[in-house]
Amino acid sequence: MNRLGIIAVVAAAIVAVALPFFLAPFGIYLISMWTVLTIAAIGLNLTLGYAGQVSLAQGAFVGIGAYCVALMTQAGWPYPFAFVCAGLLCFVIGWILGYPALRVQHHYLAFVTLAFTTLVFLVLRNEEWLTHGIYGIDGIARPTLLGWSTGEALDFYVFSLGALTVLAATTWWMLRSPWGRAFVALRENPIRALSLGLDTRRYTLMAFAIGSSLGGLAGALYAPLVQFIEPSSFALGLSFNLLLMVIVGGSGYFFGPFVGALIAVLLPEWLRVTQGYYLIVYAAAVMIMMALCPSGLLGLAERAAKAVLRRDPPPVAPLRIEVTEP
Amino acid sequence: MLRSGLYVSLVAAALGVASPAFAQSTPTSVYIPAILELSGPGAVSGTNFRDGMLLAIDEINAKGGILGRKIDTPLLDTQSDASISRAQVQKVLDNKPYVILGPVFSGSVLVDMALTQKAEIPEIVGGEAAAITQKNNPYVFRTSFGQQFSMPKIANYIRDGIKAKTVAVLWVNNDFGKGGRDNFIKEMASRNIKVVADVSTESGQADFSADVVKIKAANADAIFVYTNEEESARFLREAKKQGIKSPLIGETTLLGQKVIDLAEGAADGVRGHVGLTVDAPNPAVKEFAERFKKRFNYVCDHNGIKGYLAVYFIKYVTEKMGKFDSKAFAQTAHGLTITPKQEPGILMEATWDQNGDIDRESFLGEVVNGKQKIVETLPKLGK
Amino acid sequence: MASFVQLVVSGLATGAIYALIAVGFTLLWQTSQTINFAQGEFVMLPAFFILASMNLGAPFWLAALIGIALSILVLGLLFKLVIVDPMLKHGVLPLVISTIALSLFLKESAKDFYSSQAQPFPALVPSTDVHVFGAVVSTQSLAVLAVAIATVVALHLLLNKTRLGRCMQATAQNPTLARILGIPVRRMVLYTFLINGALVAIASILISPIYLAKFTNGETLGMAAFLAAIIGGFNQVRGAILGGVILGVLDNLSAAYISSQYRGAFPLLILIAVILLRPQGLLGRIEERTV
Repeated sequence: MNRLGIIAVVAAAIVAVALPFFLAPFGIYLISMWTVLTIAAIGLNLTLGYAGQVSLAQGAFVGIGAYCVALMTQAGWPYPFAFVCAGLLCFVIGWILGYPALRVQHHYLAFVTLAFTTLVFLVLRNEEWLTHGIYGIDGIARPTLLGWSTGEALDFYVFSLGALTVLAATTWWMLRSPWGRAFVALRENPIRALSLGLDTRRYTLMAFAIGSSLGGLAGALYAPLVQFIEPSSFALGLSFNLLLMVIVGGSGYFFGPFVGALIAVLLPEWLRVTQGYYLIVYAAAVMIMMALCPSGLLGLAERAAKAVLRRDPPPVAPLRIEVTEP
Repeated sequence: MLRSGLYVSLVAAALGVASPAFAQSTPTSVYIPAILELSGPGAVSGTNFRDGMLLAIDEINAKGGILGRKIDTPLLDTQSDASISRAQVQKVLDNKPYVILGPVFSGSVLVDMALTQKAEIPEIVGGEAAAITQKNNPYVFRTSFGQQFSMPKIANYIRDGIKAKTVAVLWVNNDFGKGGRDNFIKEMASRNIKVVADVSTESGQADFSADVVKIKAANADAIFVYTNEEESARFLREAKKQGIKSPLIGETTLLGQKVIDLAEGAADGVRGHVGLTVDAPNPAVKEFAERFKKRFNYVCDHNGIKGYLAVYFIKYVTEKMGKFDSKAFAQTAHGLTITPKQEPGILMEATWDQNGDIDRESFLGEVVNGKQKIVETLPKLGK
Repeated sequence: MASFVQLVVSGLATGAIYALIAVGFTLLWQTSQTINFAQGEFVMLPAFFILASMNLGAPFWLAALIGIALSILVLGLLFKLVIVDPMLKHGVLPLVISTIALSLFLKESAKDFYSSQAQPFPALVPSTDVHVFGAVVSTQSLAVLAVAIATVVALHLLLNKTRLGRCMQATAQNPTLARILGIPVRRMVLYTFLINGALVAIASILISPIYLAKFTNGETLGMAAFLAAIIGGFNQVRGAILGGVILGVLDNLSAAYISSQYRGAFPLLILIAVILLRPQGLLGRIEERTV
């Protein structure tokens, strides 16, 4: 990352920490939702942006994680334990769902994951003995951690921002490890990766599983944030939305999901001034954005930065893949 | 640090999420926001509720508003999703509303009412799930029967009117249909009527041949149908096609004029319980239905009536108190009976009990020659 | 037995509609790698074009023609020029996002600018019931079946018996080679978009009397067409037809004999099985892998 990028990240971090002090509970709820969606989008970015697997199942994993936490905490288990379980459960399911990814790729994988998402919805809706069915689960408590209650909006934001920071840092570290580079190698040229001796099968499954478990952890935060979950929240719409966040932010860019989730949370709110037509305007905005910068907003920013830097003797040409490098 | 603080507040303002300092309504108006399903799967219910509401608001504002203050009702869309609904209710609570209108989906109601209770702001909702009024929340008020009240009426009719020993039930698998089905099954069990077929259908389903085949095979004494309007009509057509003979019993929707028209003759002979609909045998309701149709160019369903009633309910309670006080509103409204004489906009005499449930007359009806015919008026439960 | 026949016959009529929508879906995929997630909304919209024309005083037959023409223009030509063309060179994903956004756009537009209420729609044929092999079928279903079959046969003849159709097929199979052979590839691609525009309009006229014109219609239809296309074979017109019919019949049989709560699950399970065992679909060709 270049100096400009570091400044941007530091500035964004300051804003993220200081912002809630200037916001009413509604604003805090929105940015809390942003942290949750960002975590899920980071996971999808891992499978899509780095390992190159198109998944339409991320929303289902958020749902699985949310249900896992809601049911476990209401059965009396401590939240931190349920949180870890949500991640592990999604890791395992993601691993299994990754198997089709070994056989088929690209759009076919999108179809399989799309079917998976709808199946998960049907199970959540129909298996009432386990999930409370279509009624959903209400009254999900916000966790108390080591005596610190996250019941108030601000406390919960601090908690979810903390979770985002830890998970993002872990992902960052993982991507810089030899392991993470293998992901990228896999996306760029699977055959070469194979000939270099990479166990592509294992890495593909791993990418899927880790991405899914991040989805599950996002769900583990979603449940106590909204304090109510129902099957339809995790139907195809959420998976589409998460895909949109990753692409609009810039797939394959580490900070793409942060930007994409911000757009997805805030744009509809900005557009509410257009009254009843805000969703029409929103849809049009997304289409225009895709036409103008198909590589996402960070792709656009990078092009702009390149254009500026080209005037001076360029220190390092920032290649797309090198965004993950220091 | 001061500088970065300034930046942050600038950013917050730019993001549009900062708390608006002067959003509170001026004394010339009263802030009664509506949180509704204006897009997504609930849009039909949400827009009906909205239009009924707007009709009432314009009528009241044209006559000078409530206690001299105009009703200011911004519309907030939940996209039929509970998490967005929660965001919207938080947003309006930040601006100190007097009362909140909506939402209609029971899931969204359950999320929102926890927050409005904490803020001590009354919420007039359109949800019909039994759970809403069973949580000891003194700030939630219904605008139609909860399913725990409508289903016993149907059950009595099936036992006493039809004298059925076995029954088949067909329901739509969403929170409306499932809630009704669960309450119905419970009522059947307590009356020793056997449920011989329990058929779930999807919302938006077009082909009902499989469902009718199943129900036909069950050969029940009565068939209870609990789905949304278009699906009801499609089911009726298919039932007629396959020659189902057992009486078809419905609750409000199935006997609505819209379903009767869409079913093209297949609805004749349908019987059941009718809550408050535009077809109710009541001149005030009929007149309302015409005003609605004239303005919005479609026939309103029971959600439209709910929206209309909700606004007049607020008007009456406020005028009775003589002041705008959210907390006192909740206290005044419990146990209150409003008659059309006191407030014509309430259309039919209604009572709100200690849980926020509404009680009023309802009807038993039958479809004869493509028209709904009321055969009996059922008294209020409280009588 | 009678009920079994009933289920199959009803399923066929529904399946024919799915097939009609799925055919256009596969055409777009073949010639331009467009996965159109708005295909369901494409079927929802023409009914509103027709209703709007009728509100302006046009008789039904004229309104239907206007609807088809508008559909070819807007959902064929404009869709290609404004949405697909600028994004095609960027790969499949941005276009997928765009069509998802487009589906929201069309749905919300129909709701806000026409009505959120289901609108009655005139039927092509009067609705009476006919008895066939112990099953009862409405004339409407038969008409749907007949028109769907006629349309698909016409399309099949166009694609296989005419020079134009063979050029289109060549474009679909190997655009580079087609270009070398002197086929105007760009025009051929445009034709498939126009054909899709016409197909969705026909589908819309067929189903709206049964489904009623409503802004949410696209959700179920789009998904069904999508499943039908993949199950049958994503790159063959025949495949889409088989897929549609399988889907319609299977839906009825599984709802009647296995589980109505899980009726939506069976097509999905078949989809997963097909993709894993025979990714090209039941009747599809094996595509050359680019890797």
